[in-house]
Amino acid sequence: MYATRPEARPATVEVFVDGVAVRVPAGASAAAAVLLAGSAAIRETAVTGAPRLPYCMMGVCFDCLAEVDGAANVQACMVPVVAGMRISRQAGARDALMPEAGR
Amino acid sequence: MSAPEPFQAIVVGGGLVGSAIAWGLAREGLRCVLLDEGDIAFRASRGNFGLVWAQSKGQGAPHYQRWTRYSANAWPELAQELAAAVGADVGLHQPGGVHLCLSDKEMADRSDRMAQMAREAGNSLPFHYRMIEAAELREMLPALGPSVVGASFTPYDGHVDPLRLLHALHRAFTSAGGVYVPNAKVERSNAAPHDFRVFAAGRVFEAPRVVLAAGLGNAALAPEFGLSAPVRPQQGQVLVTERVAPIFTMPTTSVRQTMQGSLLLGDSVAEVGYDISQKPAVMAEIAKRAVLSFPFIARLNIVRAWSALRIMPKDGVAIYDQSERFPGAYTANCHSGVTLAGAHARLLAPMIAAGQLDGMMDSFSARRFDVRDAA
Amino acid sequence: MSFDLAVIGAGPAGMAAAVEARALGLAVLVVDEQPAPGGQVFRSVEAAHGDAVLGAEYSAGLGLVESFRRSGATYRPGTTLWHLDPDSGEMSLTPGGPAVARRVLLATGAQERPVPILGWTLPGVMGMGAAQIMLKTAGAVPSGQVVLAGQGPLLWLLAAQLKRAGAAPALILETTPKGRLAAAFRAGGWFSGRGLLLKGLGLLRETRGLPVVRAVTGLRAEGEGRVQRVVWDGGSADCDTLLLHEGVVPATHIPLALGLEHAWDVRQQCWRPVVDVHGASSHDRVAVAGDGAGIGGWQAAVASGQLAALDAAHRLGRLTAEGLAQRAAPVRRMQAEALALRPFLDALYAPSAAVLAPPDDQVLVCRCEEVTAGQVRAAARLGAQGPNQAKTFLRSGMGACQGRMCGATVARIIAESRGVTPETVAPLRPRAPYKPLTVAQLAGL
Ligand SMILES: Cc1cc2nc3c(=O)[nH]c(=O)nc-3n(C[C@H](O)[C@H](O)[C@H](O)COP(=O)(O)OP(=O)(O)OC[C@H]3O[C@@H](n4cnc5c(N)ncnc54)[C@H](O)[C@@H]3O)c2cc1C
Ligand code: FES
Repeated sequence: MYATRPEARPATVEVFVDGVAVRVPAGASAAAAVLLAGSAAIRETAVTGAPRLPYCMMGVCFDCLAEVDGAANVQACMVPVVAGMRISRQAGARDALMPEAGR
Repeated sequence: MSAPEPFQAIVVGGGLVGSAIAWGLAREGLRCVLLDEGDIAFRASRGNFGLVWAQSKGQGAPHYQRWTRYSANAWPELAQELAAAVGADVGLHQPGGVHLCLSDKEMADRSDRMAQMAREAGNSLPFHYRMIEAAELREMLPALGPSVVGASFTPYDGHVDPLRLLHALHRAFTSAGGVYVPNAKVERSNAAPHDFRVFAAGRVFEAPRVVLAAGLGNAALAPEFGLSAPVRPQQGQVLVTERVAPIFTMPTTSVRQTMQGSLLLGDSVAEVGYDISQKPAVMAEIAKRAVLSFPFIARLNIVRAWSALRIMPKDGVAIYDQSERFPGAYTANCHSGVTLAGAHARLLAPMIAAGQLDGMMDSFSARRFDVRDAA
Repeated sequence: MSFDLAVIGAGPAGMAAAVEARALGLAVLVVDEQPAPGGQVFRSVEAAHGDAVLGAEYSAGLGLVESFRRSGATYRPGTTLWHLDPDSGEMSLTPGGPAVARRVLLATGAQERPVPILGWTLPGVMGMGAAQIMLKTAGAVPSGQVVLAGQGPLLWLLAAQLKRAGAAPALILETTPKGRLAAAFRAGGWFSGRGLLLKGLGLLRETRGLPVVRAVTGLRAEGEGRVQRVVWDGGSADCDTLLLHEGVVPATHIPLALGLEHAWDVRQQCWRPVVDVHGASSHDRVAVAGDGAGIGGWQAAVASGQLAALDAAHRLGRLTAEGLAQRAAPVRRMQAEALALRPFLDALYAPSAAVLAPPDDQVLVCRCEEVTAGQVRAAARLGAQGPNQAKTFLRSGMGACQGRMCGATVARIIAESRGVTPETVAPLRPRAPYKPLTVAQLAGL
């Protein structure tokens, strides 16, 4: 659970986390958006289906793998948000044959 | 130096070949020690593609084709006995396999090759294959790319998890009373007929049998036992994608889906000596071919890649020998340690335990090189 | 594209190196996977320097970023190095095409030392560095019951920053054992490093009044589907966010993949690349600067970056030996000053044995492939001599993080099981790609 501090960094960018609109400050990563949205998980592991949220936020742990704008297993802490970005939970192993949205 | 430790067999090399033979010997009831290097070594057993593959082995060498087929046949029993011994699931899946052809020329060459294999097989163990045209192939494999013109198919092929296999062989060997000694690179040895001493890890091991299965290390070890093992390193690079939900029902020679869900993309061939550096240009070629075969692969993430050394006998065909000068000393050298694990554990090991290589093994002797070199 | 010097990483070390090298007339490429310069310590400083909560030291990073921006170095942000051929100097970069450099400086910094405890994979458990990155990049603070557990300067810095932001942690669990302070004073350096020490004391003063439990052991996180409780020997507390920290370690992924010579750092209990006074590694094209060559903090990183740039200029014939000696002398004095407090800090905050090798067999050490400490111990009993063999047996280190999170822990557990010292067990050997990339990117499609 995280909260923004609008007095320091106004939340100006609207993104969608699991379909729900969230406003986050410019410069935040997609992983930060998921934390700010209060999601229960950003991914479920491919091994046991365990829920995870970002752990390191600096590109080391890969626990922030999510679907970003239709691309699967994106390291969400390394991707800055842009308006309209769609971030959704990576549920286990990806479906390789599913065509990517917008591509 | 500590006192000699007596065993009934010493196996040198804890890779797939040595471990399969050691497990086979232990199962035959021999008290056996397996000497291995440490955490870092040239290990084809850690870097291979995991195919149990008969369809392209032994072209021009019918005995090798036969041996490979025997091994493919023995594989289900090996998998079962490893499951029974230590509860291991090595992920054997033998639904047959295909080699994809990306041009008419590739298709024609492949067809010739398969025909030759069938001719050389003769009638005792016939070689059944099919050349499959693109339309039919598309029913068998999803999302095949437009560049694929067809494939060869044989029903003998399959794949395993080679790392689970190695682990399972080690566990089975140990549970059968075998002694595994890591960090035990052979320092020196004494050889006499049916009487061998091997010095390693500050210890001395003594046995009437010694099996050299040290991969590329065999080239240097073999002469000490009156044997010869002309093998060279041949580099191969492999790419691994993230896990994806199951899509492939059978392996191909260049793309297969592991039991964990990753796709393995491979594998390249380069004669560069003892060099395991990765080359982006080679990696790109592997990636391109995979995408031509299955365009959806372009979207997947590569999470790992590696470069490893195959153990390549001079003429590509396996070498098995018992020393004439020092009977009781054997070598086993081959490229396809996964495919041949069935034969090594279930056919070769019993011969070594009995003290005599079967007559059908004569053609595998390294003496073939002397004859040829003399001619 | 061909350059005299390629710098991987735009943190303090990389930025300082680029500025120095440009001043000496070198053609410089700087690559960083982050969208903006600053590295970890000055993450987002261009956007966030006005946020008083972060403190004056953070804002000071702006000057460094500005001089880097002005330096004339070719800067490729948002770009990852996934392969380097040290012999040819060819770099594979994504996105975008490859580049070549006559000299390569790895300034890839540090990562937080993994803190493998029971429950550390539960949602809501994070590194303290991660929380700080939330603060720097999004101005965001954790809400609800926040517990800080671990030790090190970052703990007190973060506690102070959160307090300033009106989000003071509910509880601090400090893992530093009793009696360490005396040991730290014996290690020395505190007098010449008194400037930094005073800063630290300032943070302690600022955070006075926050509830602290000291000398905590047996830490674990519990909860259904997310962390709900933190438990330690003799206590427990409700918790919505648990932030862990046991210091930082050099990011050795690329240096190890390149096969550079490494040495075991006893004080910091980690591997680091062997470098000379100018940061030159065992490969004659490659240098390492900043925390990647050994943890020293940002001021030491700046100095080591400058030294590496001077050395590059000298090797490329742009600076005489005398010129190098003359210019390096004051930088080395600065570096020594910045490093003075290190022995004190390393002694004070040495990680406990339980952090390095969790004694509880149930602890997941490999987060990606979900491998437990017990499985690693079993593999060691079967003869696995190091993390590379354990990887093939257990898949530890085969997941997306490529062993960044588990490699050191697995090696340590094996060392313990074998009864040998940690430096006997060679580290996990990473391979390219250093970070995952798509097949299309790799194919150049
Ligand atoms: C979370 C955290 C908080 C810290 N807080 C403080 C503090 O408050 N005060 C203090 O003095 N020290 C702090 N430190 C230590 C401080 O960050 C370092 O001393 C300093 O940043 C070292 O500088 P550097 O240039 O070596 O590395 P970094 O600042 O880490 O910069 C390395 C850069 O390399 C990039 N990179 C890495 N791999 C690749 C690749 N393959 N391709 C492209 N780019 C790559 C990264 O994106 C990063 O931007 C902290 C460290 C961490 C991890
Ligand atoms: S949160 Fe660790 S890699 Fe993104």
